[in-house]
Amino acid sequence: MDVFVFKLILLLSVVIFVFDKKIQYFATLILQLTVSVISCWWAVSAFGADYAASPVPFMEFFGHPVTLEIDRLSAFFIFVINFTMLTGILYAKGYLKPYLEKKNRIEFALHFFCFLWLQISMLLVCMVKDGLAFLFVWELMSLSSFFLVIFDSEKVDAIKAGIKYLIQMHIGFVFILIAFLVAFLNTHSPFGFEGLSAYFANNSPFLLFLLFFVGFGIKAGFIPLHTWLPHAHPAAPSHVSGVMSGVMIKIGIYGILRVLTYIHSDLLLIGVFILVMSLISGILGVVMAIAQHDIKKLLAYHSIENIGIIGIGIGVGTIGIALELPVVAALGYAGGILHILNHSLFKSLLFYSAGSVYQQTHTRNIEQLGGLIKKMPKSALFFLLGSLAICGLPPFNGFISEFLIYSGMFRGLADGSLNADILMLAGFLGLVLIGGLAVFCFTKVFSIVFLGTARSDRTVNATEVSSGMLFPKILIGILILAIGFLPGLFMAPLNEIVMLFTGTYSIPENIDSVFTNISIVSIGFVALVAILWMLRKQQQQKCGKEPGVTWGCGYTGANPAIHQYTATSYANNLNDYSNQIMNIHSKKVVYEEDEIFPTDKEFSTHSTDVFEDNLVSKPTNKILFWLEKMAVFQTGRLQHYLLYALIFLLLVFLLTISNVI
Amino acid sequence: MLFDMTAIGIALALVLSILFPGIIAIVKAKTAGRKPPSILQPLYDVIRLFRKGTIYSSTTSIIFQLAPLVYAASVATALLFIPYFGGPGIFSFDGDFVFFAYLLGIGKFMMIIGAMDTGSGFEGMGANREAFYSLLIEPAFFLIMGSLALVTNHVSFLELFSALHLNTHLSYLVISVAVFVLVYITMVENNRLPVDDPRTHLELTMVHEVMVLDNSGFDLAIIHIASWMKFIIFGTIIANFLIPVLISIYIKIALFVGVQVAFAVVVGLLESFRARNKIAKNPQWILAMSSLAIIVFLTTLIITSKLILN
Repeated sequence: MDVFVFKLILLLSVVIFVFDKKIQYFATLILQLTVSVISCWWAVSAFGADYAASPVPFMEFFGHPVTLEIDRLSAFFIFVINFTMLTGILYAKGYLKPYLEKKNRIEFALHFFCFLWLQISMLLVCMVKDGLAFLFVWELMSLSSFFLVIFDSEKVDAIKAGIKYLIQMHIGFVFILIAFLVAFLNTHSPFGFEGLSAYFANNSPFLLFLLFFVGFGIKAGFIPLHTWLPHAHPAAPSHVSGVMSGVMIKIGIYGILRVLTYIHSDLLLIGVFILVMSLISGILGVVMAIAQHDIKKLLAYHSIENIGIIGIGIGVGTIGIALELPVVAALGYAGGILHILNHSLFKSLLFYSAGSVYQQTHTRNIEQLGGLIKKMPKSALFFLLGSLAICGLPPFNGFISEFLIYSGMFRGLADGSLNADILMLAGFLGLVLIGGLAVFCFTKVFSIVFLGTARSDRTVNATEVSSGMLFPKILIGILILAIGFLPGLFMAPLNEIVMLFTGTYSIPENIDSVFTNISIVSIGFVALVAILWMLRKQQQQKCGKEPGVTWGCGYTGANPAIHQYTATSYANNLNDYSNQIMNIHSKKVVYEEDEIFPTDKEFSTHSTDVFEDNLVSKPTNKILFWLEKMAVFQTGRLQHYLLYALIFLLLVFLLTISNVI
Repeated sequence: MLFDMTAIGIALALVLSILFPGIIAIVKAKTAGRKPPSILQPLYDVIRLFRKGTIYSSTTSIIFQLAPLVYAASVATALLFIPYFGGPGIFSFDGDFVFFAYLLGIGKFMMIIGAMDTGSGFEGMGANREAFYSLLIEPAFFLIMGSLALVTNHVSFLELFSALHLNTHLSYLVISVAVFVLVYITMVENNRLPVDDPRTHLELTMVHEVMVLDNSGFDLAIIHIASWMKFIIFGTIIANFLIPVLISIYIKIALFVGVQVAFAVVVGLLESFRARNKIAKNPQWILAMSSLAIIVFLTTLIITSKLILN
């Protein structure tokens, strides 16, 4: 019955095209809700069952049956996908309002249709194991998100970013396809995930894992496979960036995790590989984020950083399994998997808030913003919540997952041998650095966008966004606080998922008492702030409180709009030490010596992605250069083309008589 | 019994935190040949601030008002995590030092955005430096804690310190360098010499003092109190390194007070005889602390015979 309804929705999705603009939205919302309810129901029953994911026959696909198999890993991803997609569609209503006049009915219909299908395809990716069907829904996911990215299709940048995204996704697709084929041809077991266990049982797993890692890693955005991310996220409308960064890139992580469940040998090498790649992604991701002025590009780089943190957790967990350190394995995986959920929460919150800022100010350049907290206090508050959470600060949810990873690593230091110690040392130093850099970055972006005074007249007309746009943020905020303050509640289900990877190793029992302590401290901490607030209120009633101006250090001409810190100057400190990565170029016009009455001078900085320059732009430019040379042959004259045909025939003839072909 | 000792420890720490800045001031005055102020002078200053009204710049928002409170609350809460006299802190669990470090982090985060909220270029400069320096010093603290986890096979403050002294006499090798690094971590965390000079009156070279330029009245008072407590927190961590476990509780208390006073004197002497770093050289200097901490880590690897040299 439920499968039937699910299929019915797949068919019904087409009706979005016949509706009017206003009804389209509600049709999509209803369809999405139904899909979510059904899939969540499946997920809940998968958690309830003793395990043994029972396959549900779904459909025939080119002659062979496709079944839906939901184990606890799939169930976890189903929850994450559904929640973020629903907050996305709720937020979209307000966000798309300004577009209602610009876009016609079909464009809107296509957008909603793709949004719905993005959810459906992601759900199916997590549910099917058959190779062909998996690749099919994987492709559907890439296509639907491609159409979502190019919603602003009148902008050249959006189209460019979309095509870049589409090409890179297909490169990833090829890698996954090859990986499946290798396993299939080697073992003659079924094509798909099922066949992997046979392959991994008899072959050294690392090379095949590497293929999968590249394929799925392009989706996830591990450095240096990330170059589509900083373009696609800013180009897409904010609800799309939110769900893409919140869940879609995690589907890449799902792929890696799914493959990992089949590997039982050579895990040390794989674990170290994942750890190293994740450390690179984490540290370089956040350093590159600091260099950005475009708020959504900055958040995109932070997605790369957080993929790195997730990877650190998974890497540490895998190393733990390989070295037979039960606590390390369980805590590493627990931290990594919980961070998937956490990142989907605070990253979508941040993107939605950034989208609200964009909607009100029509700019993503943070150098033109400032002082928005006075005009959009609620959005500012949500952005602050997201910032604190993404920096991994207590008492918010980001801290909980990082804490789990830290606990695993320190346990590893204590229990492990020399090589475990060195790996854990690298791991926790990386995580500490990432944390510090994230604080650096988010103090920058929050202060520049929301605090101080306006840096341009872009913010003049900004007002608080509609309550419809705030509502999904409230939902996310509640979950962020719930995980942050009551982490103990989430440990039992998390343990179920972790055991898929670690076998018998489970999260240690004492984590409950640890989290009880953390809950108490967190609540106490907030209470202490509240008490201090009351005390100050009383003191100020007695002693007075008055407005003034910012102290200009004796200089009365100080004008905050001109003299306050900018994003460039804030990042400059770090830039001295990491310009190889941040790659900031500044352009300035200097004063000439004989210039008695100087004219206005300009100064600007911009940052380019080192990896993109060297791995994508330069090689493709080289290829383009040679391809353009080839254009000599395209003369446009029929005689020449006939000549080519003649030469070709002659060649075939000669090769045939000399027995070459 | 142990819990009572912790209560006594916290009470003692709070009393000492009031005296701490006074002791530093006295030492500095004595070495400079000036007449020292009363040991309670900092307390009088703070009491005076509590009687004053507050001025809020019209550029600022709620963040500016919230920041000092979160900062003070974070430091006060952090005080409850450290073990006193070998007994557990009020909160003691596996990985508590991670929570401790990140808790101080949220206080810093709020102070930084609080300073940025004023829209003052000077405060922006201070905030930016604070963010940069604290990101550089963090690895050193974690490395020290990691080394302790290596030596003791434990992962909570209490067990780290209590097992440290029982483990092997070789651990004293670690202790000496670790204490040296911790003293300088304290100086960076509290923005004292050689990273930042609290006496300077040139805003361009200030870090912490310039961040609080616009704070006044109640806010400024609790910021001061929080800085005192921060000194005591790190002083207590150092005391935990130095005080052996298996001695009578009275000697422990005496040693505790002794270590804290000695720490204050050391800070005073350091501030009297040490010139401040060039501001541009600060990052290298702070990173040097992390490299020292890495040496501590490698030493522990050798001590625990995990790394065998031959």
